Amino acid sequence: MIEYISILFDQTYKILFLLVPVLVSVAMMVWLDRRVWAFVQKRRGPNVVGPFGLLQSLADALKYMFKEIIIPASSNKVIFILAPVTTMTLALIAWAVIPFGDLLVISNINVGILYLFAVSSLGVYGIIMGGWASNSKYPFLGAIRSAAQMVSYEVSIGVIIINVLLCVGSLNLNDIVKAQHNIWFIIPLFPMFVIFFISALAETNRPPFDLPEAEAELVAGYQTEYSGMMYAMFWLGEYANILLMCSLGSILFLGGWLSPIDLYPFTLIPSPFWLIIKILILFILFALVKAIVPRYRYDQLMRLGWKIFLPFSLLWVVITSSYLFYFDLLPGN
Amino acid sequence: MIEHSIFFYFFSIIAIFSAIMVTASRNTVYSVFFLILDFISISCLFIMIGAEFLGMIMLIVYVGAVAVLFLFIVMMLNVAQQKNEWFSSSKNSKHIPIGLLVSLIIFLELIIVVGGWKYKPGIFTSSSIKISSDITNTHSIGNVLYTDYIHLFQISGMILLVAMIGAIILTFRKRDGLKTQSYFKQISREKDDGVELIKVKSKEGVKFDV
Repeated sequence: MIEYISILFDQTYKILFLLVPVLVSVAMMVWLDRRVWAFVQKRRGPNVVGPFGLLQSLADALKYMFKEIIIPASSNKVIFILAPVTTMTLALIAWAVIPFGDLLVISNINVGILYLFAVSSLGVYGIIMGGWASNSKYPFLGAIRSAAQMVSYEVSIGVIIINVLLCVGSLNLNDIVKAQHNIWFIIPLFPMFVIFFISALAETNRPPFDLPEAEAELVAGYQTEYSGMMYAMFWLGEYANILLMCSLGSILFLGGWLSPIDLYPFTLIPSPFWLIIKILILFILFALVKAIVPRYRYDQLMRLGWKIFLPFSLLWVVITSSYLFYFDLLPGN
Repeated sequence: MIEHSIFFYFFSIIAIFSAIMVTASRNTVYSVFFLILDFISISCLFIMIGAEFLGMIMLIVYVGAVAVLFLFIVMMLNVAQQKNEWFSSSKNSKHIPIGLLVSLIIFLELIIVVGGWKYKPGIFTSSSIKISSDITNTHSIGNVLYTDYIHLFQISGMILLVAMIGAIILTFRKRDGLKTQSYFKQISREKDDGVELIKVKSKEGVKFDV
């Protein structure tokens, strides 16, 4: 019995050491996002609360906490409350398999990449539940849009992951990072990295693909009826998902926790630092895209997903596997 | 092994409960949510017996894609109203007898399978697949699926492809008068295609033929 309690305590301690930094960095990411967005548009962005406005997100969180939570009378109350909880939970449980260093991970499972893919594909449920339970037109339209959008882009992300797995020969995230010891996959698979980046934008409902919450057409999409802390939970979940997609991108293509140059001064720096730098670079790219690109029309979004990305990434699977087979480079088991 | 049994009973009770609720709940959207819960607990059971690949694929395919489409359709259509029409209207419905027949056949098949398992235990030992424990089950599935069973695998792929094409053809309607966008046409447009300079004579105006 004492043995179990000590295991439980040990695990809780590990999980807290991962989740608290993730939640704090999610708040900081919101600040960074708004700041980058403002700099592209020659504004200043949030710069009042704290140094450089760093505490802006904390001030926002405080504001959300003290706001009243309004539950619409005609809504389906149970599902209405479950929706932001689902979004938040799914965004956080995926961090269990992200390796921050060699075996520096909470759970080093055999099928880590499939787990990440499954959790990110479940993310659509928070949105659908919120949209349906609000019992209102705009949230419902937003939910329907996001369901179609996220299912379509998951397909191309899946095919891109197959490309990487062909070069690795294992579904374990630690092995995927180690396979990039000689060369990061962004170099041989550069087109796949571009498609992955765009699909990740669509998968996390980021601009230019933020049709589920297009404010010009749908007020705030699936979040229209939410207020106070429940809205904040949707928001945190969304940004945690974005960070997750950034870390997935850096694990698949940018060599995860590996240092860019495998030489003496660089190897001294601890490996989590490199992963965090890579996540930050990808996130700043996400923020820049938000500021630069106008929103897509819905039919253009679907065309891009099904008619361009899917055939192209399938073709790339054929090319990659033929290349590996012909030059006898297939990873053995 | 006590904790193993605790988790097994936890997931299986949730699975059975939600499977019953799928058919018993009056709200069809609730039914789909219970179906999702069922899929998730089944995939947890798969993971518990060490079939982590199957469990994850179950989550990705059934929960992540199929159930989303279910939910999509159930939310859009007024299924509850249709169900009430079948069950409480005065005229007889054709759907109920067919549904009963299909479920009876499935029930009989299940009885045959379970009975065969009970009375012929040799059925598993006679299987030709060698399951080795020192490779992951993703590897072992790949080893048999793409070697011994490649033809069955490809035939099932073909069946799915044919079903997909059939569904597209059944729902495809050609409509006239649609204005579609052609990106190549738009990009390849020159200035001369769009702009025409016309000398307008005073007090006569211009006649366009568009």
